[in-house]
Parts: sequence; C-alpha cells; structure tokens
Amino acid sequence: MKQRAEQKDPFVRIAKRASIASGKAWGIRAVAFLGALLTGALLLLILGHNPLNIYGEMARGAFGGAMYLKETARTAVPLLISAIGIAFAFKMQFWNIGAEGQILVGGIAASAVAIYYDAQFAAWAAETGSALPKIALLVLMFLAAFVAGGLYGVIPALFKSKWGTNETLFTLMLNYIALQYVKFLTYQPAWKMAGTSFPKIRMFDPIATLPKVLGVHIGWIFALLLVVLAYFYLTRTKHGYEIAVVGESTNTARYAGINVSKVYLRTMFLSGALSGFAGYLICSGADGTLTESTAGGIGFTAITVAWLAKMNPFAMLIVAIFIAALDRGAGFQSASGVPESCAEVLVGIILFFMLGCEFFINYKLVFRGKEVAA
Amino acid sequence: MEQIQYAVQMRNIRKTFGKVVANNNVSLSLRKGEILALLGENGSGKTTLMNMLAGIYYPDHGEILIDGKEVIIRSPKEAFDLGIGMIHQHFKLVDVLTAAENIVLGLPGGIQLNRREAAGHIREISAKYGFQIDPDKKIYNMAVSEKQTVEIVKVLYRGADILILDEPTAVLTPQETQKLFDVLRAMKADGKSIIIITHKLHEVLDVSDRVAILRKGEYIGTVETAQATQQSLTEAMVGRSISLAIERPEVDEKEELLRVQGLTCINAEGVAAVRDVSFTAYGGEILGIAGVAGSGQKELCEAIAGLYHVKSGSIEFKTGAGFENIVGAKPDEIFKKGISLAFVPEDRLGMGLVGSLDMVDNMLIRSYKNNKGPLVDRKTAKKVCDELIESLEIVTPGTSTPVRRLSGGNVQKVLLGREIHYNPKVLMVSYPVRGLDINSSFKIYDLLNGQKKKGVAVIFVGEDLDVLMEISDRILVLCGGVLTGIVDPRNVTKEDVGLLMVHTGGEKEAGK
Repeated sequence: MKQRAEQKDPFVRIAKRASIASGKAWGIRAVAFLGALLTGALLLLILGHNPLNIYGEMARGAFGGAMYLKETARTAVPLLISAIGIAFAFKMQFWNIGAEGQILVGGIAASAVAIYYDAQFAAWAAETGSALPKIALLVLMFLAAFVAGGLYGVIPALFKSKWGTNETLFTLMLNYIALQYVKFLTYQPAWKMAGTSFPKIRMFDPIATLPKVLGVHIGWIFALLLVVLAYFYLTRTKHGYEIAVVGESTNTARYAGINVSKVYLRTMFLSGALSGFAGYLICSGADGTLTESTAGGIGFTAITVAWLAKMNPFAMLIVAIFIAALDRGAGFQSASGVPESCAEVLVGIILFFMLGCEFFINYKLVFRGKEVAA
Repeated sequence: MEQIQYAVQMRNIRKTFGKVVANNNVSLSLRKGEILALLGENGSGKTTLMNMLAGIYYPDHGEILIDGKEVIIRSPKEAFDLGIGMIHQHFKLVDVLTAAENIVLGLPGGIQLNRREAAGHIREISAKYGFQIDPDKKIYNMAVSEKQTVEIVKVLYRGADILILDEPTAVLTPQETQKLFDVLRAMKADGKSIIIITHKLHEVLDVSDRVAILRKGEYIGTVETAQATQQSLTEAMVGRSISLAIERPEVDEKEELLRVQGLTCINAEGVAAVRDVSFTAYGGEILGIAGVAGSGQKELCEAIAGLYHVKSGSIEFKTGAGFENIVGAKPDEIFKKGISLAFVPEDRLGMGLVGSLDMVDNMLIRSYKNNKGPLVDRKTAKKVCDELIESLEIVTPGTSTPVRRLSGGNVQKVLLGREIHYNPKVLMVSYPVRGLDINSSFKIYDLLNGQKKKGVAVIFVGEDLDVLMEISDRILVLCGGVLTGIVDPRNVTKEDVGLLMVHTGGEKEAGK
C-alpha cells in the first residue's frame, strides 16, 4: 500500500457556492471582460499593433456614432428574436438547432409575397396615395413568414411526438434544405434580378420594405415588445408552466395531465414562427431582398445568446446587443488594417472569458491553508 | 490481550457546504476485520462522511488515518490506492458495457483489453466470496441486485481492503439482502473491514459488530451491536425515545370504492406486466401491495391512475350512487374524480415532482388547470404550500426553493401532502418511506392512517414486508404480474406472504 502521509493538502479545491450576491456576480463578469481585453492586447502586441487603438476602433465600430449604433441595432434585432424563439424550445428541452432554417423559411415566405405581389400593391398605392396598401402588404408578408417558420418548426416536433425521432439531427438537416431551396430560387425566372445572368433574387419594391423609426427599421420596437411578452409567456402563463414541466420530465407531465405532444407542437410552432419573423425582418427591413446569406449564422449565434442568458428574455436583450456590438466592432476593425481573422480571434477570446467566468459564479476556489468559514 | 488494530481512524472531521454544516467534529474508527454500521437519520451526514473517505469530498478540517498512518485523500483514485472502495447508493456503471468491462474500466493497462484474464479474475473473486455474476452480461440487462454485485466486485477487483456500502439494502428484496449479508460475512472472515450505511435497524443488529451513530452532523458514539436493541439505537439516533410499533387503527365503516376486474396490461416489450388481476379496495382500510421488485406493482398503480395502457379488464370507481369504469380516462380526469397516485420512484423525484421547480410550482402540477384564463394562479398554490409546511412540519428554506434541495423525508412530505390536500377517495402510495429514517417514516405512517380514518381507500405499495404486515388491513400479493393472493396480515406469517411473493402459479389461489 502506498503511503501518502508526506503530501500536503491540495493546493486548491473547488467548492460550490451556496449563493452569490448579484453585485459580486457582475463584478466577476467585469473582471472576466477586462481579462479578455488584456489577453487580446497581448495578442495584438505580438502582431505589432497598438491594442489601445484597436480597441478604440472596435468600440467606435459598435457604438461610435449614429450610423454605427444603427448597424449594431440592425444586427441585434434578428439575433434577439431568434434567440427568444430558441429559448422557448430549449426550456422544453427540445433541442431546436434549426433556427437558421426557420429564419430562411420565414424569409422565403415573406419574399414570395413581396416578389409576386409588390407590383400590384405598388400600383394600388400609387392609385390611392394612402398608406393602406403598404401596411396590408407588410402584414401579409409578416403572416406568411410567421406561419411558414412555425410550420417548419412543427415538422420535427411532429416526428418526435409520433415516432420519437431525434430533434437535434432533424432540425439541423432542415437547415440545409432551407438553404438549398433559397439557392434554387435564385435561378427561378420569376425571382431573378433582371438584366444579369448572376443568380441573385431581385430587390423588393420599396413598398415591401419596413419603415424606419429613429433610423432603424421598425423591427426593433417589436423585438423589445417581444422580450416583455416572452418573459410573461414563459413565467406567468399556463403554457409557460407546461413548457417547464415537459422540459423537466415528460413522465411528470403526463402525470399532471399535460398532453405532451400538443405542447411540443405548440411550442415548436412558436419557436419556428419567431425565427421566421426574424427572417422577415432581415429580408424586408435590413436587406430588401432574400439572399443565401440572409440567415448568415444568426440562427446558430442565437443559440449562444439563449444559453448565455440562461433563457431569460431580458438577459437575452443585453447579450444580443453585446454580441452584435462585438460582431460590428470586429468588422469595422478589420476594415482598418487588422486582418479579419485576428478580429475574430479577439471576439473568440472575449466570448471565451465571458462563458468561462460563469464557472467562478457557480463555484469558488479554496486555497491551501484557508479554512472555510463556518 | 492483543491491541486493537484500526483500519480507519477519522478525527475531528468537519465539512461544510455553503452555510450548511454536514459534519462537525466527527471522529470515527473502523477496526480491522469488522463490520461497522453507520446509523443516522436523513441528513445526519453519513454519506458526506463516507464520501470524504472515498476521496469524493475533501474535509475542511480534521485528519484521516489509514492503518495508523495519516493520509490525504484527494481523489477516488487515491482512495483506491489506499485500499478504500465505496459502493454508492446510485450505481456508477456504464449501461452498454458488460460487467467485466465495467469492472476493469479505468484501470491501468494497454489499449488491448484482456477479457479472458479479467473474466477469470472476476470469477475467482466471485467464487471466493460467494457472488453470482456473469462477467459477459451487459449492465442494461441486469436486475438491481446484479448491478450492485458488479459494483462490489469492481471494488474488490481493485484490491480494496476497506469497503463502504451506502444503503446497499434499500433496493434489495429480503432474500437478496440475506445473500448480500452472507457475502459481507465472508469478506469479513477474509480480513476485510466494512462500513455499511443502512436505515433498517434489524439489519444493523443482524450483520454488524459495532454501530456508530451520527445525529445532525455530530458524532454521538459507537456501541457494540451485541449490547444494542432497536429501541436503544433509535433513541441514540433521534435523540429521544419514540415508539416503534406501527399503529393499525380499526375503522368500522368500510365502503367499497374501487373494483378492479380482470385487469391486464402489456408493457413495451409486449409482455403482460399485469395479468388478469381482480380486487376491491375499501374506504377506511389500507390495502398493502407486496411483491418482489418489478412484479407489476408500478404498472398496476399507473393503470389505475390512467398512466399505463390497459389491454383488457375494467377499473370501476364509485361515483355518486353507482360505479363508473375509468379505463381510458385521462390522468387528470381520474385525479379529479378522486383517485390519487403518489409514486416515489427510486430517485425520489421523477413522476410526481419536478426537482428543479420550487414547491409552489410543484403544487401546480395538480392544480394549474383549476383556474380559468391563460395565466397560472400561484397565489392559491402558495397558500397550500404554507399550509402544508405548517401542518406537516416540512423543513424548507422557503416555498421558492427547488424541491431537489430538500431532504428525502421532506420531499416525500411535499408529494404526499399535495396528494392528500385534494381530498382523494383512493390514495395510492408507492414506496412512501423509501430511503427515509425512522422518524420521518412514522410521520408518513401517521399521515396514511389519518387518511384511512377519514374513509379513504389507501393502497400502499411497500418494499419492507415488516411494515406492510403491521400497517395493512389486507395485503395483496403480486408475483410476475399475477395476483397470487389477498391475505389478512393478522392471520398469516411473514413467511406465508414471502411464499406468495415467489409463487409460480399452477396451485389454487390463496385467500379471497
């Protein structure tokens, strides 16, 4: 038998925190953010840049001036809405990683309405000179996107409740179908941009684009409303309660008389519909058309947003803005001489620290020689 | 006289979790070649103390001596190196691997696994101590007792001399328990030192040499088993004297409430889990259901509660003047009619409660549909919680604490309290005292007797035959999904019931 008596106490132990004051938690996050900036600075110094300049540029790219702020907001809006949609499914422990596809399907449906009918509505508007045709068209596009995204979300839920298929793979695969379908549409004569052989869907008539409020398309108002509504839905309503119970245990849910399949279908419809709505906002608000990069990874980044915010819509608002700012800041910086890959590394470092610091919020380290206070 | 040699000495051990003091100044010694029972109520710090010996936790304060030498145990691996092996309450096995693969898992060696050599060694150990084990059987094909055997062999395979068993008998039938005790005695004879945690006093008296007692994290003392009685141990454990007799109040008016006729249920594999079972439950009595684990008790209760598919037969429940067949009704409808199921699964949480939700939200499981409108009514549920906390003396930091954080007894009180709150006519409880200490168990028995006096038909699925014999008015015995008899515990012996539990059919059915 080996003898271990000569060894000292372990240098450091990990102990779970019973609770943590929210001030302290934010303190830890602030330290983590600073740590990330310092680590990034080291990298920049090695590459021969002045980190202060670069960080300054980055902040300017995200918040420095009305134009940049608008860009950040434009990025944050679909991210936030899609994250809320994902949170609905995740709270139910239904791993919907198909937001990317649901965004695209919403975009396709909204675009279809715009492509086929914007001329008629524009003519109608020119005739009457009222705002009614524009509103009618935009509402139609919204409904199409909402329902299409919702139905795209319902498909995996239906298969799961009927045959117990794995929703992770299912939703992932549906992403590619949606993406390929967009590619297919770019070659369709009815959709194509006139006068070019380049496969590209034409721009919508201005009547099919969302109006702006404070310089950003009106979607941001809906996003803020949605934060409140989603919080209310998840915490105060019977539907929200059912989602929580189904998420924890389908057996308990049956015991409570909850129709598990129904909750799956209903919640996944909402989850998909919200991403569809995000797709609509991108097409009609930001881009004015549908492209292969309409979703552009937002559906995946939204998963990070939902997790970081622990499915809390209000926290998601903050996280979405934070990530959008990083994204914009990095983009801006790469325009000013720092290679884009380096900018992305900086974003990665910051995210790593922010995710990693959650460990220190949940656990504490006890060093040798320090007794735990009673 | 030869000086006593100690395998383990723990001195002044202290361990805290946040503000909770799990162990305070605990000293414990294990002699070489003895079986030491560690006794204490739920939450008295037994498992925590043993986890420190097994390298899972590290003490905040105090020292541990193995074979008289002071040691530091920082990980389960170091514990193994010192010859300490722990068999946990929740098995730590990989389901898709075989017994042999699980046993050698994590041991040093090349990538190639010499299965034959491992299997040979396992058979050797098994033969030595009298285990029955098939090294090539996959874990998911095993019964609970077999899995436990694998855990024990795993520890022995690694050369453990000091074995710690955390509530090993909680999941075993009386026969399996006896088998386990035989093995423990064989190991003791071979010079191994053993610590066993159990709640069952008769087992403590049966198998151990000495008993160490913890109360609320404090060490009370160690006594020689030969000089202890159930009564003296209980008093040391609880800190005051309590009666150990379970009441069986007589209720004169018995009303027929539930008639089950020819009930057959098929499980997912297409095998009949319940076969042609017929019985009647009366208000004002406790109907015990006995059987070896997995004899169809769970399926029978779930079928009555509307949670298990009924293939044929009828379940008639008295509503108003007549009887109504409730087969095919939804679980929440059946609950509204007055049939309530409080099922405590092996992990305590599971079907009836959601561990991560707080007490209020767990109350809502039964009531969230009661109010109109799309919103949940947490106010009413909160009131119910406060009432229950007061009437059942539930110990909890508050109604917004996740129920997972409560101790076992309190979790079960929350579950039973909720079911009783809605005034059921038929109350089915399944393993309501599973894993509970004496004090908490008696509170649960009192609750059930109280329901019985109110005229409720209580159906009690139990694993401890002694308890069933004392508390039940009638006992229904199941064996392989078949009803093998309904007996009056006042007129039969425990052995009679035991025989019905392993009854293989063919003979005339006993009782009725």
